[in-house]
Amino acid sequence: MTNLTSMTMAEALKGLENKEFTSVELTQKHIDAMAQAKHLNAFITETPELALKQASESDKRRAAGNAGALDGIPIAMKDLFCTKGIRTTAASKILENFIPQYESTVSQNLLNAGTVTLGKANLDQFAMGSSNTTSHFGNVISPWKNQNSNNLDLVPGGSSGGSAAAVAARISMAATGTDTGGSIRQPAAFCGLAGIKPTYGRCSRWGIIAFSSSLDQAGAFGRTVEDAALLLKSMAGFDPKDSTSADLPVPDFAAAITGDIKGKKIGIPKEYRIDGMPDEIEKFWQQGIEMVKDAGAEIVDVSLPHTKYAVPTYYVIAPAEASSNLARYDGVKYGLRVDGEDLNSTYENTRAEGFGDEVIRRIMIGTYALSSGYYDAYYIKAQKVRRLISNDFENVFKECDALLTPTAPSAAFAIGENEDDPVKMYLNDVFTIPASLAGLPGMSVPAGLNSDGLPLGLQIIGRPWDEEMVLRVGHSIEKAANFTAQPQLTGKIAA
Amino acid sequence: MSALIKGETGDWEIVIGMEIHAQVTAESKLFSGSATSFGAEQNTQVSFVDAAMPGMLPVLNKLCVEQAVKTGLGLNAKINETSIFARKNYFYADLPQGYQISQFEDPIVGEGKIEIDLPDGTTKDIGITRLHLEQDAGKSIHDQHPTKSYVDLNRSGCALMEIVSEPDIRGPEEAAAYINKIRMILRYLETCDGNMDEGSMRADVNISVRHPGDELGTRAEIKNVNSVKAIQQAIDFEVERQIDHIESGNKVVQETRLWDPVKMETRSMRSKEEAHDYRYFPDPDLLPLVLEDGLIEKMKATLPELPDQKKHRFMNDYGLSLYDSSVLIAEKSRAEYFEAVANDNDAPESAKLAANWVINELLGALKKDEKRLADSPISAEQLGGLINLITDNTISGKIAKDVFAEMYSSGKDAAAIVEEKGLKQVTDTGEIEAIVDKVIADNPDNVEKYKGGKDKLFGFFVGQVMKETGGKANPAMVNELLKKKLS
Repeated sequence: MTNLTSMTMAEALKGLENKEFTSVELTQKHIDAMAQAKHLNAFITETPELALKQASESDKRRAAGNAGALDGIPIAMKDLFCTKGIRTTAASKILENFIPQYESTVSQNLLNAGTVTLGKANLDQFAMGSSNTTSHFGNVISPWKNQNSNNLDLVPGGSSGGSAAAVAARISMAATGTDTGGSIRQPAAFCGLAGIKPTYGRCSRWGIIAFSSSLDQAGAFGRTVEDAALLLKSMAGFDPKDSTSADLPVPDFAAAITGDIKGKKIGIPKEYRIDGMPDEIEKFWQQGIEMVKDAGAEIVDVSLPHTKYAVPTYYVIAPAEASSNLARYDGVKYGLRVDGEDLNSTYENTRAEGFGDEVIRRIMIGTYALSSGYYDAYYIKAQKVRRLISNDFENVFKECDALLTPTAPSAAFAIGENEDDPVKMYLNDVFTIPASLAGLPGMSVPAGLNSDGLPLGLQIIGRPWDEEMVLRVGHSIEKAANFTAQPQLTGKIAA
Repeated sequence: MSALIKGETGDWEIVIGMEIHAQVTAESKLFSGSATSFGAEQNTQVSFVDAAMPGMLPVLNKLCVEQAVKTGLGLNAKINETSIFARKNYFYADLPQGYQISQFEDPIVGEGKIEIDLPDGTTKDIGITRLHLEQDAGKSIHDQHPTKSYVDLNRSGCALMEIVSEPDIRGPEEAAAYINKIRMILRYLETCDGNMDEGSMRADVNISVRHPGDELGTRAEIKNVNSVKAIQQAIDFEVERQIDHIESGNKVVQETRLWDPVKMETRSMRSKEEAHDYRYFPDPDLLPLVLEDGLIEKMKATLPELPDQKKHRFMNDYGLSLYDSSVLIAEKSRAEYFEAVANDNDAPESAKLAANWVINELLGALKKDEKRLADSPISAEQLGGLINLITDNTISGKIAKDVFAEMYSSGKDAAAIVEEKGLKQVTDTGEIEAIVDKVIADNPDNVEKYKGGKDKLFGFFVGQVMKETGGKANPAMVNELLKKKLS
């Protein structure tokens, strides 16, 4: 039998369809891999028994000819999606023991497609972070190793670090993520995966623990562009329970991967050539440009003049919304409560103990930005700049079909690095944040390794609702780059 | 009728603006499908959204929007095609989200005005600043346990309309007239049941005082005034407190005060410095509310005749006084009852007569028995029948009162009672003339005196004739005949 944890999801679907193996077999292999790779800490809650039960039901459905689009595929669910009857923590102490009585729309859509849930993937606390080092349940360790300093544990990126690590380490065939400012794309880049954040409104936010409502969007990780496309297709769709969800048909994303980008115009925004960007990133970007050119696309130099304001704008809007979204965690109704002498001290005790430092930092920033006397200077200003950033994209998409940029300004760094200075950490998302502010679809595809043997990702940004173009360009880069490298620390059982 | 208050430093004018919170009549909450019925068992009408469970999102209830538009039209106000829901952030145990979804800079309804009816028979316009939609909070219950408080979330998320007035109200009477008129409009529109004792209508009263002609004084906001009477009492107390305060050399501070209905006083709740910074910002979970094309026109078409329109029509079409019209329109059912009585009669005077009978006799009798109009033993048709008997001279007004009393206790028709008891008015000239002749013949002394100039004795002769006929003689004919015979 082929190695069940190495194949792609698309291959596994064929294998299941051809009765080469069952979902129970496929799932058991991944459960074994999960046990092997436990030290990566990719999961907050593992659900092997549930997975096997779902797998066995899936096998029955398939035998009866009722298989769904992703029937029997074991996946990881970011622990930000509420899952009925399964603890959902947002990697926080305040929700350490929270068990939802409802299923998020996206996870329900996947259950409807027949997926098997291996567990709830670790993440940065309340999705706030770019390194998965803010989780109350411990850091996620990247399965990748720096070939030049082998003993350091690396970050998988964040916030969807557990999802990315699980897919890269061959524990999970694919995984859900959420992306507010780069939380899918940056960990995808760090872990050598395809990761797509669709257009804001493509996936329902109902049942996803909110960080920043106007930016949060669910998306997919796969080891190939096709896998990411398949997973996204089953996640997406209009949901009347989310007023910001778009009432649009969901295209067959995988079918959009034709391999043909001839004559397409690919924009290269000059503002993404930032000060202090490492040479290897610059070189890598150039290689990516050559790849799409070779595939017959036309390269267009474009300008997004307000790019430099994106990070500061994001760090006003996202914390402002977060400060309000996280007010509900007050110890009164559910979650952690640390009693005090009166209501106010109960709030203070509960929230001081229930939230980690990064979460508290963002609540403080956001509260400040919304305060009377500062609101106009921060929040309103940020909203205006956000509009300008959006307009920049609108303008360049008159001249090109997609944009190509690096996903992150560096490869994965060691755990503990960049911790001294939050702003330095925030700059990890310098290339991913602008598309988030504009609500645009973006994806990262692995396109090579750096001198330390670590994966680097290229980002493709598309027009609103044009995930198909993003996937198509991503796929042609994937093809050209022929990225076959695998991480060192996997859950693979020696054959 | 500005009620000026005499103080040591001259006359004081009371300036009041009101914020009325009216719960929207709707089957479900503003942003969730939970039921809204009053008096349900605690925490049984709470959805995941109302309890602010993680990841839950609000979805706007269209019916509440229509109710707000309808109310806005009823307040003669500008309807804003685009409005924005904003979050008002503060922590409290009965506020599950940690914020209230409200409208701040862009409310659904803008400026309008209503007419209030004052006890002296005059009217006055009061400006409406705005009306916005917002969520209600839950209810904290502090008196069930020595150290704990309980929270009931049934009310959490119910739709409220906050109706803000201009500071046009000039005293407790105007305040009462204002809230009564708002309640009347809401009830006519069926957009709020207006029950203050169930909390579905609540008011905050902003009060300040000034010498007439001066700039507006510093205001205090009075909360927890839950009846029209309490509003008037709170105003009386607060005005006196502010005047005393200023006249003894102090300044009124801007603050929120709580009305204590037991001690009959207002107490400071929090000063301006302690006031919350609500950190309003547009709710990113909701798109701007853009009214569907044609919605305003559609709602206009559903509007009933409003209290003031009805009032003016009663005055114009029926020739009623402002006072009578105001009394009749106070409740929709009362106005309908009156119109059914009035329209049953053709005589030009019958509408005024109908108004008098409804207001003075029927409402008086019902009030005495603590009955509602709906429980009246006399139907509108029956009362119309009685008035017909008056206008066609079958019975006199005086007899009619006896017939009315009989109708009220037995529920019988007026005509049947008149028939049964033989109360029909005597209009036969010959018959009356014979009695007049008899009375004159029986009282020669008085005839002498009358002719000698004692005019007042005319009443004596009328009385005697009436007595002889058992009150049934047509009074006008009696007068005419007596005048002729005694001259």
